[in-house]
Amino acid sequence: MSTRWFGQPIPRVEDERLLRGAGAYLDDLGHDALAAAFVRSPHAHARITDVDVSAALDVEGLVAIYTYDDLPDRLAEPLPLLIPHPTLTHGRTPYALARDKVHHVGAPVAMVVAEDRYLAEDAAERIAVRYEPLPAVVGIAAARAAAHLVHEDVPGNLAARMTQSTGDVDAALAAAPHVLSLDLAIERSASTPLEGRGVLARWDAEARRMRIWSSTQTSTGVRAAVAAKLDLPLVDVDVITPDVGGGFGVKIMHPWPEEVLVPWAARLLARPVKFVEDRREHFVASAHERGQLHSVRVGFDDDGRLLGLDVRFWHDHGAFIPYGLIVPIITSTQLLGPYKPGAYRVTFDSLYTNTVIVTPYRGAGRPQGVFVMERVMDAIARELGLDRTTVRERNFIEPHEMPYDHGLVFQDGRPLIYDSGDFPASLAKLKQLVGWDDFEQARETARAEGRRIGIGLACYVEGTGVGPYEGGHVVIETSGKVKVATGLTSQGQGHQTVFAQIVADELGVPLDDVEVVTGDTRRFGYAVGTFASRAAVMSGSAIALAARAAKEKALRVAGDALEANPDDLEIVDGVVRVVGAPGAEISLGTVAVLSNPLRYAFDTAAQAATQFASGDPAKPPVPEDDEPGLEGRDYFSPMQSTFANGMHAVVVETDPDTAEVKILRYCVVHDCGTLINPRIVEGQIHGGVAQGVAGALYERMAYDDAGQLQNASFMDFLMPYASEVPSSVEIDHLETPSPMNPLGIKGAGEAGVIPGAAAIASAIEDAEGIVLTSMPISPSELWELRRSKETG
Amino acid sequence: MMRVDITVNGRARADDVEARLLLVHYLRDVCGLRATNVGCDTTSCGSCTVLLDGASVKSCTVLAAQASGHEVTTLEGLNRSDGLHPVQEAFRQEHGLQCGFCTPGMVMAAVGLLADNPDPSEDEVREGLEGNFCRCTGYHNIVRAVRAAASGGRA
Repeated sequence: MSTRWFGQPIPRVEDERLLRGAGAYLDDLGHDALAAAFVRSPHAHARITDVDVSAALDVEGLVAIYTYDDLPDRLAEPLPLLIPHPTLTHGRTPYALARDKVHHVGAPVAMVVAEDRYLAEDAAERIAVRYEPLPAVVGIAAARAAAHLVHEDVPGNLAARMTQSTGDVDAALAAAPHVLSLDLAIERSASTPLEGRGVLARWDAEARRMRIWSSTQTSTGVRAAVAAKLDLPLVDVDVITPDVGGGFGVKIMHPWPEEVLVPWAARLLARPVKFVEDRREHFVASAHERGQLHSVRVGFDDDGRLLGLDVRFWHDHGAFIPYGLIVPIITSTQLLGPYKPGAYRVTFDSLYTNTVIVTPYRGAGRPQGVFVMERVMDAIARELGLDRTTVRERNFIEPHEMPYDHGLVFQDGRPLIYDSGDFPASLAKLKQLVGWDDFEQARETARAEGRRIGIGLACYVEGTGVGPYEGGHVVIETSGKVKVATGLTSQGQGHQTVFAQIVADELGVPLDDVEVVTGDTRRFGYAVGTFASRAAVMSGSAIALAARAAKEKALRVAGDALEANPDDLEIVDGVVRVVGAPGAEISLGTVAVLSNPLRYAFDTAAQAATQFASGDPAKPPVPEDDEPGLEGRDYFSPMQSTFANGMHAVVVETDPDTAEVKILRYCVVHDCGTLINPRIVEGQIHGGVAQGVAGALYERMAYDDAGQLQNASFMDFLMPYASEVPSSVEIDHLETPSPMNPLGIKGAGEAGVIPGAAAIASAIEDAEGIVLTSMPISPSELWELRRSKETG
Repeated sequence: MMRVDITVNGRARADDVEARLLLVHYLRDVCGLRATNVGCDTTSCGSCTVLLDGASVKSCTVLAAQASGHEVTTLEGLNRSDGLHPVQEAFRQEHGLQCGFCTPGMVMAAVGLLADNPDPSEDEVREGLEGNFCRCTGYHNIVRAVRAAASGGRA
């Protein structure tokens, strides 16, 4: 029997190449390309009164300088609003190069192209831009006050106001025995992949074709945008995603100004052009997320059961809103977690500020929503003197209530219906894993040693695998090797490995014979992209379906050759054989030869498929409803998302003197349905947890009132090293298969980060006996909270 | 332009470079050794870590001129025809990489660490790798990989 690969924690097929340094990231390509550098705004809000390039013109190696006035046709229009929504009444997007005004520090004003990056920056720093500064709107309070406007034609700095509700919240709150109000805040952070953005373009003037490499999470999205902006037929644009050094959301945004300007310059100059973002540019000219203020009223009964939940929040989306309302829509729906809220009403305002744009960062609005809901749970427990897990248990959606319809609309425009999950079982596992019921003993022991420890938990539900669709293509070559392609992109998740595991099982071929390509429009042109923990669910399912189609054909062709019923055939280790008839077999490579009737043989094996060697003269060589070749192509487009869930528990120690927070234990119970590769899933959890810890204790975007980002480098932005993350992450899996796809899987990519801030806040509260209403928290902030508690 | 004499991965080279050329760009653009990546420009992330006379340094903050007369080893210098270097193999076995962008620098930092301390404790590994960012793995499996490589070296 052949090995079953699905479910095995095998090492990744990607790794040997990457470990040898043979990875090809964007900056490893295009050694012959010209380099682009950008002049960026030093002001958060200003009118441009003059751009003087004269001093730059004699820089040796300078090739071209472009400003807004040079942009033709559709390139001179604002960049697209990618995801419109009826409530997004005042959507504004930037120009590829600033026209008249700049709206945030880092906005691109001029593009310089030179023989190399050193020279391009030499020229860029000689370009003199004269600005007339305008008042900057920084932070949600200033945006709401609207004393100044980010865009003159957007009153109140308000892009959108959206409300969803179920039940009569006002009546529920009026009748509730207990009502609490909470104001809760989460600050900005960012994806911060180790590799920034980058794009390389080659224009083939003879073929009139554009080839683009971009460090993107959506090659098909970039392709469509560039074709539209440069007025090129889609078929004449290829977009290839090379090795990508991490994404975490920021690279789903497209087209970046540089992604359209670099191909345009390459065509204009008839030379390849490359732009590679540096770290400071990544801080001030890509995207952030997370910044939201929330005001909550919750009504509940004497047992702590929710009766009504009224949530109002304000979302800071930065200077423009090209990615639409996805992040606040996710907060407003996924806030509910595993709980039944009773009556629910949520209203958010999406506000302009003179800061970098906001697009999804791993978790995408969920860390904020979970923080809000879990603070509510802890507040109810505190109010009623109940154990925090008891309050949660009493509000869980029970397994027998699945599928559970919240009566709301999710981020994909589809109903928010949970498909599966066993929340009581997950919590029971978590309590056992962390030793919840025995913690008081540990607390007393620590206290006797003069140490403060605390325990906290947080629960989440995550809609994963959103549509509209992904596709897969599986072709079995005459060598017997299997070539697989899917259109969505990879940023280090291990897609090549898990997709190969799926195909090896579906076809019955050795894993080493399967090769997977992602994110290359030359190989697969229809795709959406990698976001919302959707790659395994969407492309994994599509590839499984495509492999099944290829297998069905292989059995049919082999059945003809072996004169056997396809139902009596099996494929083992790449050989089709008749079950129970030893010796009656044919290799998949030979089946591939026979599947393609030939006139011309190209090698000895191919002779078997030529016209005098095979075929039934009574039938056409290729039957009417068939195609030559041994391949399958299929698409997966589910009715709705599939909902993963998880629960984290954290034990912290807080230093009595310095108020530093140390994580002693970090426990995760995680249900992402059926696991394709547990090693890869755990790796995703480890990375997510580190980002959750970072967002709880270290990372924030420190804007001053003038809109200057004070910590726009890795020297000042406190991303954790190995010395700051928990030394162990204890993981237990619950596998409730999803009914929404053929493999029973749910997404796993974002999960680890989602409840981090909520769980750590809960643990710090427990250690300190104080109430936390905003995250992240620094030692100095905790120290101040202690002091205000002591002074009453 | 100035002349630099640098031994790169065991091969002596002589090149004319601009005085301002950083070692990392010398390695990538002059030598064509592109395993070494740039992640920050501020000596913070360690993606550009290489060995200079056997000690790990961040090549984005060393001028090519400063390396003249010295030996530089990059990730490519660890490669062998008969499989992976023990540290590379440990990273593979322990799933110590995801996107792989930090990996060349992380592996070189680990090689430098193990040269100084062949049998580090977990805390010593974590402290030793402070200076190298990874955004994907949470460092968990990187630390395991370095300790596995150390114990493999002992065996």
